[in-house]
Amino acid sequence: MDLTLKVWRQNGPNDKGRIETYPVSGVSPDMSFLEMMDMLNDQIIRDGGDPVAFDHDCREGICGMCSMFINGEAHGPNRGVTTCQLHMRSFKDGDTITIEPWRASAFPVVKDLAVDRSAFDRVIQAGGYISVNTSGETLDANAIPVPKAQADEAFNAATCIGCGACVATCKNASAMLFVSAKVSQFALLPQGQPERASRVQRMVDQMDKEGFGNCTNTGACAVECPKGIDLSNIARMNRDFLSASASEE
Amino acid sequence: MFESKIPSGPLAEKWTSHKNHINLVNPANKRLIDVIVVGTGLAGSSAAASLAEMGYNVKAFCFQDSPRRAHSIAAQGGINAAKNYQNDGDSVYRLFYDTIKGGDYRSREANVHRLAEVSTSIIDQCVAQGVPFAREYGGLLDNRSFGGVQVSRTFYAKGQTGQQLLLGAYSALSRQISKGKVEMFTRHEMMDVVIVDGKCRGIIARNLITGELERHAAHAVVLASGGYGNVFFLSTNAMGSNVSAAWKAHKKGAYMANPCFTQIHPTCIPVSGEHQSKLTLMSESLRNDGRIWVPAKKEDAEAIRKGTMRANDIPEEDRDYYLERRYPAFGNLVPRDVASRAAKERCDAGFGVNETGEAVFLDYASAIQRYGKTEANIRGLRNPSEAEITKLGKEVVKAKYGNLFDMYKQIAADDPYETPMKIYPAVHYTMGGLWVDYNLMTSVPGLYAAGEANFSDHGANRLGASALMQGLADGYFVLPYTIGDYLASDIRTGAISADTPEFEAAEKGVQDRIDHLINNNGSKPVDDFHRRLGRIMWNECGMSRSEAGLKKAIADIRALRDEFYSDVRVPGTADQFNPELDKAGRVADLLELGELMCKDALERNESCGGHFREEYQTPEGEALRDDEQFAFVSAWEYTGDPSEANLHKEDLKFENIELKQRSYK
Repeated sequence: MDLTLKVWRQNGPNDKGRIETYPVSGVSPDMSFLEMMDMLNDQIIRDGGDPVAFDHDCREGICGMCSMFINGEAHGPNRGVTTCQLHMRSFKDGDTITIEPWRASAFPVVKDLAVDRSAFDRVIQAGGYISVNTSGETLDANAIPVPKAQADEAFNAATCIGCGACVATCKNASAMLFVSAKVSQFALLPQGQPERASRVQRMVDQMDKEGFGNCTNTGACAVECPKGIDLSNIARMNRDFLSASASEE
Repeated sequence: MFESKIPSGPLAEKWTSHKNHINLVNPANKRLIDVIVVGTGLAGSSAAASLAEMGYNVKAFCFQDSPRRAHSIAAQGGINAAKNYQNDGDSVYRLFYDTIKGGDYRSREANVHRLAEVSTSIIDQCVAQGVPFAREYGGLLDNRSFGGVQVSRTFYAKGQTGQQLLLGAYSALSRQISKGKVEMFTRHEMMDVVIVDGKCRGIIARNLITGELERHAAHAVVLASGGYGNVFFLSTNAMGSNVSAAWKAHKKGAYMANPCFTQIHPTCIPVSGEHQSKLTLMSESLRNDGRIWVPAKKEDAEAIRKGTMRANDIPEEDRDYYLERRYPAFGNLVPRDVASRAAKERCDAGFGVNETGEAVFLDYASAIQRYGKTEANIRGLRNPSEAEITKLGKEVVKAKYGNLFDMYKQIAADDPYETPMKIYPAVHYTMGGLWVDYNLMTSVPGLYAAGEANFSDHGANRLGASALMQGLADGYFVLPYTIGDYLASDIRTGAISADTPEFEAAEKGVQDRIDHLINNNGSKPVDDFHRRLGRIMWNECGMSRSEAGLKKAIADIRALRDEFYSDVRVPGTADQFNPELDKAGRVADLLELGELMCKDALERNESCGGHFREEYQTPEGEALRDDEQFAFVSAWEYTGDPSEANLHKEDLKFENIELKQRSYK
């Protein structure tokens, strides 16, 4: 396949940035999108240029590092996959593909397509945990039965990979889907109950401090989420937040 | 500093009695002591969190943009623990025995027993932290089976167990970061360790965004920097996984143990072409239910390779379920090294089933039927049709392995619910690593290694679902105790200064290496060299090794390394975000490690576990160990050139287990 790539180039957070056009030829349909990017960079380096910086690591859809906005969609045209799992067979010979970074003021650009998502870490640090020491001297694991349906729902919420596609997709750059997934995981489990109210308050406060936008319930985040995190998590978080605020007064 | 320090006394009491007798640091004094942890996977995150909870001041480093992205996140199948919840005869002793046997009798009894002992606490701990393990309808925890064992002791969270465990450790780490007890440095790479008066007293780190070099001093340093499977270029490791932290420690005096012990995992998606950048694992848990086969007739295999025949066209009697045939007692659940070699044997003999001839089938058809029938019974369906059974069976398989099947479909563009998957062995894990004593201290005082970065528990072959167990055992339950024994003598030392000639020299060394790479006016990108190194390693130091091949590999690697230093092109500058420069430094280290791996493989004139020397095999083609001469750990001391490394032997003493020819027949 022969393709034309329009790639966002930006030297750092303070650079204005611009789109540059690169032709690539001989792309195999079996390549992953990132392998196609490897090929582009190989070509740029051999020509003495500056390769395109992008984040990636596991290349199997679980680390959450890869983060490309492809033809106007987070992780590209396919549903339920990350950029690294997108294969070139999803494109046609002669296509023009536009590749941009996640855009959100809470995610400043590091270089080109790589952004700084440390805001997510700070939200987790604000309360995304159960305060239990790692002594190993806790209850026997089977002393806390959890109904299967509830355990499965907690697991589904816990599968969020923290990639930030939800933020990149949202027109307000809201992080509600990400934050609510972690809040829900613990809200659904008996172990998470003691800190349930304080956790949601602290995490939501931190989310606001980081400059993420408000949620206007368009649901676009859940559509683009590569892990299928459900919108009902946001509803659960809103309920928990309200009841936590009410009981405080 | 080359003593294993295995405590005396009966095996089952060693760990308890060791804990009772080692030195402690009182809580007030812990506040005066700084510890550096490099790497934030299961071992690193859990160690950093635990050490901070105990009161030490911790600095943690990772090269990723968040500690949550370390490669432990990608582990799929599960984590072992001797809980015996299934009442199937499991026990601490049996987990210990299985691990020693699975490792082909090349690991330390005392370390492995300790691992089995603390395994149960890991599960309790993780559940308390809110890790959502799979559960049965009654609300209790579910288990599955893994290779090389005859009990169900593996706890899991679908095919994302590593993710859930790492997020658990990451949340514990995050809690300590919020308290200010851990200072976290993301997008930082460790460039060297600093030794002062014979003790490890800090590291030189590089800020990967600005390129600045930083000095960080501490009373002790823990390397939890993972394995080095990426020396093969193609592996199931993440792209950034590297040996550099461990290798820099090696060059500063830490011995490298059993570097040739590499795990080739039997069930990965086969290579599709030259462009391939990494390989994807299909969890070993799939061998619980899937059956592995190739056509029994060569002409059928040829027809499949040509595309004129499909798997489903081959009748049952013309299929060769070669694992079930060769190993009736364990069948499809033989250990990884055995399953991988058996796949290679069939493919080498001409029975491979994809275009390259390097693939076998992993078939779910009979599991779908079996689960479908059970499910129909549960739902009280009388005389269900075949279509109904198949539908129900697919639903059960989807619930158990859905994400793995989806992943396969994405990559291979083929539906595994309808036709068998094609799989082939790929590099997955390295049992070798930094030599450590019973306290997890390397041969450099004050420098520790945990998780995959050390060599300690898996011998010559790791059993499935044991890497997660070891990472968390080291980080949560071993290191927090044993490090105190060393640090107890440091309570009056005071803060360590980074403003010393030793730090200055280390920083200058790092700067010189970076300058060389960035100013080298070569013509080829880093990946070009990495791919070629990988090819040498896979061909000569992969699933099967020979004296001639290894000697040739050593010469080839040396030539490639020379070419790398004269012809590599690293774009950009050193004072900016420059992933190519980061990669160049890592590949430079892999080019040295590869040579040592080949040397180690050459010196070990026996076959054991994942190390298969063609010259040493039984008439049936099984690994032929030589316990008389090789029941030892090879610990290599760096002397300036990988080929000139000094070999130190730690004899392995088996006091509780009788050494036997490993049999899964």
